[in-house]
Parts: sequence; structure tokens; C-alpha cells
Amino acid sequence: MMPAFAMGRNVSPEAFLEKSVDVAVKKRLADAALNAAKSKGASYADVRIGRYLNQFVITREDKVQNIVNTESYGVGVRVIANGCWGFAAVVDVNNEAQMAKAAEDAVAIAKANAKLMKEPVQLAPQKGFGEVSWKAPIKKNAFEVPIKEKVDLLLSVNNAAMKNGANYVNSVLFLVNEQKYFASTDGSYIDQDVHRIWPIFNVTAIDPKSGKFETRNALSAPMGMGYDYLQANPSDKITGVTTRYNKGYDMLEDATAAARQAKEKLTAKSVEAGKYDLILDPSHLWLTIHESVGHPLELDRVLGYEANFAGTSFATLDKWQSKNFQYGSKLVNLVADKLQEGSLGAVGWDDEGVNTKKWDLVKDGVLVNYQAIRDQAHIIGEKESHGCCYADSWSSVQFQRMPNVSLAAGKTPLSVDEMIKDVKKGIYIIGDGSFSIDQQRYNFQFGGQLFYEIKDGKIAGMLKDVAYQSNTQEFWNSCAQVCDEKDYRLGGSFFDGKGQPSQSSAVSHGSSTTRFNGVNVINTARKI
Amino acid sequence: MAILSKEEAKKIIDKVLAFSKADEMSVGLSGNRTGNIRYARNSVSTSGETTDLSLSVTSVFGKKSGTSTINEFDDASLEKTVRRAEEIAKLAPDNPEYVPMLGAQQYLETNSFADSTAAINPDYRAKAAFDSIDPCVKKNLTAAGYLEDSAGFSALGNSRGLFGYNKSTSIDFSITVRTADGKGSGYAARDFNDASKLSTASATEVAMQKAMASATAKALEPGKYTVILEPTAGVDLLDNMMRSMDARNADEGRSFLGKKGGGTRLGEKLFDERVNIYSDPQNLEIPGSPFSGDGRPQEKVMWVENGVVKNMSYSRFWAQKQGVKAIAPPSGFIFQGGNESLADLIKGTEKGILVTRLWYIRAVDPQTLLYTGLTRDGTFYIENGQIKYPVKNFRFNESPVIMLNNVEAIGKPVRAGGNLVPPLKIRDFTFTSLSDAV
Repeated sequence: MMPAFAMGRNVSPEAFLEKSVDVAVKKRLADAALNAAKSKGASYADVRIGRYLNQFVITREDKVQNIVNTESYGVGVRVIANGCWGFAAVVDVNNEAQMAKAAEDAVAIAKANAKLMKEPVQLAPQKGFGEVSWKAPIKKNAFEVPIKEKVDLLLSVNNAAMKNGANYVNSVLFLVNEQKYFASTDGSYIDQDVHRIWPIFNVTAIDPKSGKFETRNALSAPMGMGYDYLQANPSDKITGVTTRYNKGYDMLEDATAAARQAKEKLTAKSVEAGKYDLILDPSHLWLTIHESVGHPLELDRVLGYEANFAGTSFATLDKWQSKNFQYGSKLVNLVADKLQEGSLGAVGWDDEGVNTKKWDLVKDGVLVNYQAIRDQAHIIGEKESHGCCYADSWSSVQFQRMPNVSLAAGKTPLSVDEMIKDVKKGIYIIGDGSFSIDQQRYNFQFGGQLFYEIKDGKIAGMLKDVAYQSNTQEFWNSCAQVCDEKDYRLGGSFFDGKGQPSQSSAVSHGSSTTRFNGVNVINTARKI
Repeated sequence: MAILSKEEAKKIIDKVLAFSKADEMSVGLSGNRTGNIRYARNSVSTSGETTDLSLSVTSVFGKKSGTSTINEFDDASLEKTVRRAEEIAKLAPDNPEYVPMLGAQQYLETNSFADSTAAINPDYRAKAAFDSIDPCVKKNLTAAGYLEDSAGFSALGNSRGLFGYNKSTSIDFSITVRTADGKGSGYAARDFNDASKLSTASATEVAMQKAMASATAKALEPGKYTVILEPTAGVDLLDNMMRSMDARNADEGRSFLGKKGGGTRLGEKLFDERVNIYSDPQNLEIPGSPFSGDGRPQEKVMWVENGVVKNMSYSRFWAQKQGVKAIAPPSGFIFQGGNESLADLIKGTEKGILVTRLWYIRAVDPQTLLYTGLTRDGTFYIENGQIKYPVKNFRFNESPVIMLNNVEAIGKPVRAGGNLVPPLKIRDFTFTSLSDAV
């Protein structure tokens, strides 16, 4: 899937190393917009000056298919006037007059929209932070690594897969750098430097006699890290039925395993449909958390603002108000976190100048909170925003987006091997696959990359054609065991979509390997 | 300024081509004005309008290519962009699959531009939203909708003499209406090139009826059912299948069109003989672009005829390698049907389920094109030719290939998502579980 944010102008890779506009200049530009907004009657204004850099290196087998370098630079101005939001954006801004014009346009739109407004915006108070900055704690800036080194890595990954039995392999390196400057009439001037990396591949093995093919995708995670993610230390590897990775990823090793496993899948046993205890690896469980916890607890969905597109939510306000809605079993603690180092959601401040934080969503199984931003906080009785407002570009309006939402590790020491030993009839699932959930987030179905049958406490071999179906509340209440923090890892996506027009957001979800009892598994094999 | 005339576009492209020092160069020039209005909880939440005009230059030396983009149009900026594209090309690795650019082409005349859509302003959008929200407020229903309109042009030219120009407009509207108690939900969607064909009020009326009629849903056991898929329900599954008709994947043996023992299923009867699917950029109801992104002419192409796979789409590289015509993937498809309306199909159904919309469709198995997803916003039980009562939503696991072998009836096609899709009556459609979602 080509990301929506592959917009912006195409540039040479050298352009990435050019410095962004100086902070003093950004402050001067921002003040021009803030002053113009106030003079036109805005009661609040914020300015985002953004430079967004993206690089994609795309290969298959022994060929480089494409190298895409894009840069996008511009400004978005958001205001409240007559109690209503207004927004305007300008590309390639370099003088105060353009800034003032954008602010004036935003105020004019706010005043026009105010005529259709039912209730004025209520903005949770936010103190100004003065001139501050935040930088992702990366060890090696991926944009400074020569293209040749990246191409060589991917071609060696492809070669490893081909040598180990793959018929085809595609690999891609996605790199993102968001250089964001935020200023508001609250008195904040925030400069931030955000980095993300995502190395992926897809290996295909074919049995020409039967005409069947099987695939295996990378077990990497997208991370809020630099090129250092591609340097895996032994401590970053979790060995077992296959090697999984934590804060360092060995792409070559994973591609080698993937080719062998794709071939093995061709002759694997087709699953017998029925109830199984599932043991879900963090490389798989992140997506189930994302769909069945992250989305239903977005307050704008709960309130109906996404009804025409993404849908609403089963986790209605009355369930939260009851203080006893059992979202999951007592072992289930789900935490929202915009601070977690190495995660995709980590920043110092969100896109409306709120300092980021960590808060509980589900505590000891009970629903205790949602995800809310400044104009929503009052609805759930909060005095301040949770700091999870985001826009995917300077040209997009910021709105409530999912923070990292993670399942807390088990408090009792427990390894994956110990967990498997207790399972009589189960399936161990590694890696994310097909995913689908209804518009209120009750009924879902998930596939995966690797499936292993567990019989009487032992791995009995590989399975295929596996998907599980459940209902969110039933599923989380079937949570029987969570491995300890030694097994805790992140998964995630660059491409969480929401809104009309749709915006992409990058988000991580952490967990340790977790056991769910008695889940319905279907067989997905068909004949055509 | 965002919509340049053919002459204005050609003048800029020719000027840019004159700056080239590369072996080959192509220029893409496009501009549009896009506006939208979004509402939820019976109130407008966001609205906006953007204009864009941008030029993209691709320079090629041997098998190395580089692309540079700009949205400034003075001579110095244009020349700088050409030089930058050439620098990037020189730094790029060889692309062994590079195919030399096309020369001059003959393009069909298509009529994808409507003045009514190009003239849309914020007042039009506000009224469109009001016409949708107001009837809902009056009936104590809750509306959430989105309207997006676009008017623009696309031009391309290259150093081998190719030039193409097309103007187009589009308007897309979708509306979800929910009952105040949250027990009923209805949906309707419309898309046109010509905005004068859109009535947000009448589309909203359909969604309102479905919302009110779906409020007391009964649970039926999951299993195999005869279904009537409305065009808004069938279109996504069919579109996914049409996008999987790439010849290279089939030749490589990793597609539903790959064959046991090697080769492809081109020429095989894969569907019911009443299934005929083609594309035609000159179709008056879904007029498309006369050319594809790389300059190939779009022509009328038969994809499935009497159930037989007649064509697959090719990249220019793969077609050259296979020695066949490089048929570009279509922008929209036409599923031929009969004259029966949706109401006629319902009338002729003894027992079945009417499906308004399918949601969150994801591939489960690319080998068989198995997809999963759910019904949404209006699912009803039909008995003896009449809608009897609303039913709870289902999750399905079904392949469009299997589905198109189980055809009971094909109705009259209507426009859906840029395609022409008939309501389809299908037997043995596989629902695998129930959903509590409304």
C-alpha cells in the first residue's frame, strides 16, 4: 500500500540534509499570524509550520524499483472566532504578509461557519510553555545514511530470501522526518524533530504443481527510531519457534527465516475449525489492540463525529459512567501513552501545544477513560486535554488521534514457554495478517503470519488457513495470562486512517505475549 | 488559475521540454480545485477548499530516471526543476525494467467535465448539507455526511512527441442517518461527474428510510443465504477483484488468475455465463480519462465476457516481455446487467437478505480472493417478495469469484464509486458470524 503522505515535492536526497528554517524566523512568522488572527477578532489561534520529509526505497528480487524522496513545507493556521473553528493553510511560506493572510482567511472561515454552529467550542485551558524544543532520541539519522547503503541492505535481504527458497520477494524501507514548529496565543513556541523508520518485506513461495502460493511478511515493527533500529544486538532478539525482535531488527535473518517458513506453509496442515486457546505474540496482538481498544475509545467516535465513515463505538458514555463496565478480565490493563521512548506516538507536545502524558484507559479490566483533546475534555469532566491531537500535514486540520495504546505486561513472572506448557489445545500466532472489525467495534476477525498448533503443552507443527473471530468484550474477558515485562515489545502502523478527507497517523501498541481462552477459529481455505 | 486550457498547458509543457538535456523527458502538469463539507450530529464540523497546480518532470539517462516536482511557473523555476530531475536521474541506480517513453498517441474524446461541478462554491456546499440535515432534524434523526467536489485538468507531454490533455470534474456524497436511540442506521452514497444530477435531499431520504426501518433488528443464525447486494454493497468486492487482474502476478503464479502447473487462466470460464464486465472511457454515465498515468490510451476493453476471462492488465515492461499489447488497468468498470430494478429483484425473491452496504472489507486469501467484512446500515430479511423485518448485521467470508458463480439474477446497473454496478442476487453467500453493531 502506498502511503497517502507520499505527497509533497520530489527532491534529491541531499535536500534532506539542508537545515530547516531557523527557529527565530519561524517565531517571527508565527507571531505575524497570531497577531493578525487576534486583530481580526480571534479568541484563540495556533500556527503549525511544518517540514515533512519522506523517503521510500522500493526493491524486488535483484532490482531497485523506485526511490522516492519528497519534501513538503507549509503552514496551517487554526483559529477560534465567534466561538467556532476556522482553518487555512499556505504552501512554501516565507514572509509575514502570507502568514497574516492565512490567519485572516481562517478567521473569515470561522465566522462563516459560526452561523451554522450549534454550540460554541469549549477549549480546555492550557498554559504556555515559552520557547521549548523536543527531539526524538535517535542514535543515527536515517536521512544521513547514503542511498547506496540502503539499496545494498535491501538487495542483500532479497538475496537471502531467494537463496532460502523464495520465488519472489519485495522489500521496502520507509523513512519519515517531521520537523514541526507550533505556536499559539497561549504563549507556546515549540520546535520538534520526529523520526520514524519501517523496514518491511514480503516473501512468496510457490508450488507450481498444485498452483498454490504462500507468503510471509516481515516481523519488523515501525518505530520512532533512527537507522539504529536496523542494528540488532543479541539482547534485541527473542528466540523460540522463530526469532522475534525488540528495539533492534535483523532484517537479513528474518528474511532467511521467512523464505523457509513460506515454503513450510505450502505443506502445513489446514486448521480444523473450532474453539482454541490462543497465544498471541506482540507482533500480532498490537493490531487486535489497535482495532478493539484504540479505536473504540476515541471520544470523537463515541460522540458520533465519525458516524459516516469509521463509525461509532460500543464503548458509550453510560458504560464509562457506570464505573463497572468490564471491558476485559482483571488481568487487562490498557494504557494510553504519548511518552514511550522508541514508539511512533512519542512527542514532547501534541499538535495543539499540550504536553504529552500517560493515562489509564482500562484498569483491572474496567473501562476508566477515553482519548480526548482540548475541545473534548469537558465532555468527560477532565480539566485538561490528554495531549493526543495530531495533523498529518501542515495542510490538514489537527484532530483527536489515537495515542500509543498498550496492554501492560503481567505482574507475575511468566515466560512464553511456561505459558505454552499449560495449553491443551491451542494455536500460537505470530505476526499480523488480515484484519476486519465492525463499525461499532464489537465483532472482529484477524489472521496472522505464522500459526503453530499447540497440543498438550507442546508445539505440534505449523498450521495454515487460520483466522479467529470474536467480540471485543468477550475476547478481552477471555484473557487468561499475560507474560511479564521481559517479553514486552512494540508493534504498530504508519497508516492509521481516520477523518474525511482521510488523514494518516502513526501509532504503536505494546504488549507481552498473551493467552486468550476458548476463541472461535475458522478455516479460510476455499476452492475456486 | 488552477484549471488551465489545453493551449495554456501545452505552452508550459513545451517550454519545459525545451530545457531538457536528458535522453528522454516527460512532463506532467495538473491542477484542481477541491472543496468539501463534513457534518455530524446534525451540525457542520469542517469545511474547506484547496487549489493546487503542480508540474512534475521525469528525466531519463539510459535506464536511470529521476523525478522533480514544483508549483512555481516562472522560467527560472521551471529550468531549475529540469536540472534537478536530471541530477536525481544521474544518481539513481539502473532500472532494468525501464521501457522507453511512448511517442505521439491518438486519444478518444471523453466528456468527464461538467460546468455545474466546476461552479460549486461554499454556498452550494452549505445548502447541500442543509438539505440533508434539515429533514433529519425534523424527524428526530441524526445525520452524518460528507460531500467532496473537484474540478481540474491533467496534461502530459514528452520528448518523443506525446501530448495529452483532459479536464474532469467529480462530486461524491455519502450520508449515514441514525435513529436517536442508536438502534437504527441507514446509508446512501452518490457520485457523479455532473453535480446537477445530485440531490442530497433525495439520497438522505433513502438513508432516513433505511434508518427507521432497521431499528428493531432480529438475529438470524449465520450460514449460507441468498442475498441481494445493492450496488453500494457489491461494488467494493467487485472493485477488489478488478484490481487483482494484473497479468504479471498471474504469470508469476501469485494471483487468483494463476494456473495449476504454470500459466494463467486467461480464456477460461471462471464465472457464470451471465457475467460480462468491461471498461469504456467514453461511457456517458462514467466518463473517464482518455489516457492512463503513463500516457497509454484508454480504450474499450472486455475483461470478462460470458463468464470467460478475456483480458488482464499489463505494465508496459511486462507486456513487452510477454510480447502482448500493454492494456492499462481501467479507471472504472461496467458490469452489464438487465432491466430489473432492485425492487423487481426483491419481488422475485422467496427467501433472502437485502444488503445495503459492506464494510471493512479485507483480503483473507489472495489465492482464492477470499474477503471478509460486515454488512452495515440496513440489512433486511426478505420473504415471498417482500421485506419482512430488519436483521442484525453479519460478518461474511466470501470470494467474488465464488459469488459470481452463484448468480441468481442481475439487475439494472447504476453508478457506484465511479463504476456501473447492478444489484446482484446471489445464492449461498457465506455469513460466518453475527455482529451487534448498528
